[in-house]
Amino acid sequence: MIAADARPRLAPKVRLRFDRKSDRFMLLYPERGMVLNPTAAEIVKRCTGELTVTEIIAQLAEQYAAQSRDAIEREVVQFLDAMTDRGLVRSEP
Amino acid sequence: MSAGAASGYRPYTLVAELTYRCPLRCVYCSNPLDYARRRDEVDTEGWLRVLREAEALGVVQVNLTGGEPLVRDDLEALVAEAERLELYTNLITSGIPVTRDRLARLRDLGLDNVQISIQDVSAGPSDRIAGRRSFDRKLQVARWIKELGLPLTLNTVLHRENLDRVPEVIELAEALDADRLELANTQYLGWALLNRRALLPTREQLAQARAIAAEARQRLKGRMEVLFVTPDYYVDFPKSCMDGWGRRFLLVSPDGLVLPCHVAHTLPGLTWESVRDRPLGEIWRDSPGFNAFRGEAWMSEPCRSCERRTTDFGGCRCQAYHLTGNAAATDPACSLAPAHALIEAARREAVDAAPVALEYRTRRAGART
Repeated sequence: MIAADARPRLAPKVRLRFDRKSDRFMLLYPERGMVLNPTAAEIVKRCTGELTVTEIIAQLAEQYAAQSRDAIEREVVQFLDAMTDRGLVRSEP
Repeated sequence: MSAGAASGYRPYTLVAELTYRCPLRCVYCSNPLDYARRRDEVDTEGWLRVLREAEALGVVQVNLTGGEPLVRDDLEALVAEAERLELYTNLITSGIPVTRDRLARLRDLGLDNVQISIQDVSAGPSDRIAGRRSFDRKLQVARWIKELGLPLTLNTVLHRENLDRVPEVIELAEALDADRLELANTQYLGWALLNRRALLPTREQLAQARAIAAEARQRLKGRMEVLFVTPDYYVDFPKSCMDGWGRRFLLVSPDGLVLPCHVAHTLPGLTWESVRDRPLGEIWRDSPGFNAFRGEAWMSEPCRSCERRTTDFGGCRCQAYHLTGNAAATDPACSLAPAHALIEAARREAVDAAPVALEYRTRRAGART
């Protein structure tokens, strides 16, 4: 599981792009693409290598005040773990 | 109204075959056998327009390929335009005609990924398949790519001569710190079909290599993406070639033909249009060639009533034609295909194969089909 003080960023081969056709953000990497749901897009936008996981969770909790912080934390950690396994996100030590 | 217009297919990837020229002569080259007759390359202005029209259609990825795309001296202009359009650019190269400075320039212009092919793990067998001394240079270029901070995909096309060295290919990819390793079995069309007797592996070779690749994928998870592409000759059901004919991929050939894949213009009786004559979007939507195998109306049995028809779309049209003479037939790779015996015969040939000479890609074969 990704550490709370890890600073995730997109892997060098990955680009984030807004897709006008689907009105969604998309991750692009060699020969593949992934359409992001709005929450995932908000997480990815913060994967700059500057913010820690804790800080990302705090920002999203503020943005989605209607949702419980626990639920947001679970979603962020699960998503970042899956992205790390797929080699799309890396974490600064 | 055409099938394409009615169903609103969106192309996501543009395969830009910038040229058929190439310093290598690989025995499994995917270019058509008569490539040498197709000499009239689209110019810079033409390609810039293709990029803009492709993006407007929905394309988000561009594979800059060929032939060897680096032989074009306008690659910089194309990468810059793709960057302006926010297209993900993947340069697919042999690594041969390039300097470190040119790679740095392409990086600065926004190139996103470089895929370099290595035919084997040492100079002897690698150069033998490529038909030219090239291995040492390729390694040098792969190192430059990483030094320059560009993401590196290492691609090795697999066949009976090198499948047993998949462990060494993986080691090499790790030593080069590749971001992605494509272990792609030969697809037996074009030059590879000519050389099938020399290249087709046995089932045992393939199973062993696949298991080794699966272990590496697990072990390298998060560091290096490891892909293993099985050859059609050893599957029960065909792959969904190009994710289906004219559904997600758009290819423009060096001479400007707009195609669903790199082999489609070898099928007889289909009409293909050029980017020189008509906007890309109209061709994608209306071209009779594109609409010939969209949807299901063209299918015969067993595809027509098969529940897999929406998953694999009947397999590869080009393989169907080049093996059976009928492009609308079920892909013979499918175990349910009437012509599946052709595949089984090729497999048997692979088991008791005597050594055969390789036929290198050459312009002299231009008259053959």
